Amino acid sequence: MNHLLRGIAPLSDGNWELLDDEARERLHGPLAARRLVDFAGPRGWEHSATNLGRTEELSPPDGEGVAGLRRRVLPLVELRADFSIERAELAADDRDAVDADLEPLDEAALRIATCENVAVFHGWADAGIVGIAEASPFAPVALGVAEDYPRCVARAVESVRAAGVGGPYGLALSPEEYTRVIETAEHGGYPLFDHLAKILIGGPIVWAPGVEGAVVVSLRGGDFLFESGQDLAIGYDHHDADAVALYLQESFSFVVATPEAAAPLGR
Amino acid sequence: MGFDQYHEPPEELSAETRTFARLCASLEEESQAIGWYQQRLAVERDAEARAIMADAQGEEFKHFAMDLEALLRRTPRWRAIAEGVLFQGGDIVENGEAAEAASEDVGNGADAPPEGSAAANVGAGSGGATVGDGSLGIGSLRGEGR
Repeated sequence: MNHLLRGIAPLSDGNWELLDDEARERLHGPLAARRLVDFAGPRGWEHSATNLGRTEELSPPDGEGVAGLRRRVLPLVELRADFSIERAELAADDRDAVDADLEPLDEAALRIATCENVAVFHGWADAGIVGIAEASPFAPVALGVAEDYPRCVARAVESVRAAGVGGPYGLALSPEEYTRVIETAEHGGYPLFDHLAKILIGGPIVWAPGVEGAVVVSLRGGDFLFESGQDLAIGYDHHDADAVALYLQESFSFVVATPEAAAPLGR
Repeated sequence: MGFDQYHEPPEELSAETRTFARLCASLEEESQAIGWYQQRLAVERDAEARAIMADAQGEEFKHFAMDLEALLRRTPRWRAIAEGVLFQGGDIVENGEAAEAASEDVGNGADAPPEGSAAANVGAGSGGATVGDGSLGIGSLRGEGR
């Protein structure tokens, strides 16, 4: 048994399978960053830092003619979203009920996925993570009405391409912008979604909760590095007579290697 | 071209299992080539030929290591046992026995579920549908639709 303590939780194998499957399904949609950036790992819960290959000067402890350097690393951060499931619902699942109430798990999945997206796209200052949009050297392209999106996205793509960063390109859209795109058909009935996909040279258009506006990113690889320590997992915290307290957890770091490989769009 | 790597009817196997079998066949071929080069090097006296053979054997070492790593990544219990044996000091047999015993609650071993079942390709991970470390095994989603 590892640190997740799953083996001592008052859950049957069937309960765990139900929760794991539900979590996987609920995380799959909102984990937008993982559709667009390089993913390394998982390295394990014990993995604590990402090598940056850089140093900072230190005063040597003694003597002249000796230089001191300290390696710089980016510590991994942990995200945890707590939730609890009613034991009556777990008992119902054991009896083969098909409608067990897992809403607290669904909400926790969206919370932690959104938090991961925010860290990757907009940064997490306390964790030392610089986000894709804030690292970009390009001023945000102003998003107008939906019919103007092709021009706006094309301009953002052109900024990245002009900086020497090839495609294909992906587009992360906030939920509001995503809805606007899929609801819109241009003159002649051509779906805006398909038009944007052509501008992106076939790259994905991604629903990205936590993103503000939109971000165009190159998918050529090597520009945005997400390093996973422990990948998303459900762990056990405690229980009482009525409910079992669980949590979703992961550890990761994120590094922007090529700031000019992305261009933000905003309002 | 033969299809000898399949022990069961290929049409009854999933794409994942067919890939797994191909990787196993590659692993076998690489280790066979390593053994052949070892024998040739033992008898060859021409220095230029020996250098070429040694270089070629190095390639096979790399291929073997890559095949093995790919298989271990797909098989949590195999990986758990390998971690207890590979690059460890001490008695190899004792390490192997200990690693095997410690891996009994890790999934994807001989008790792997039948093809097509909901639990296929995931491990037990303390009672649920998880991979060996207890995680949900989501990883990268590059190339997947929403």
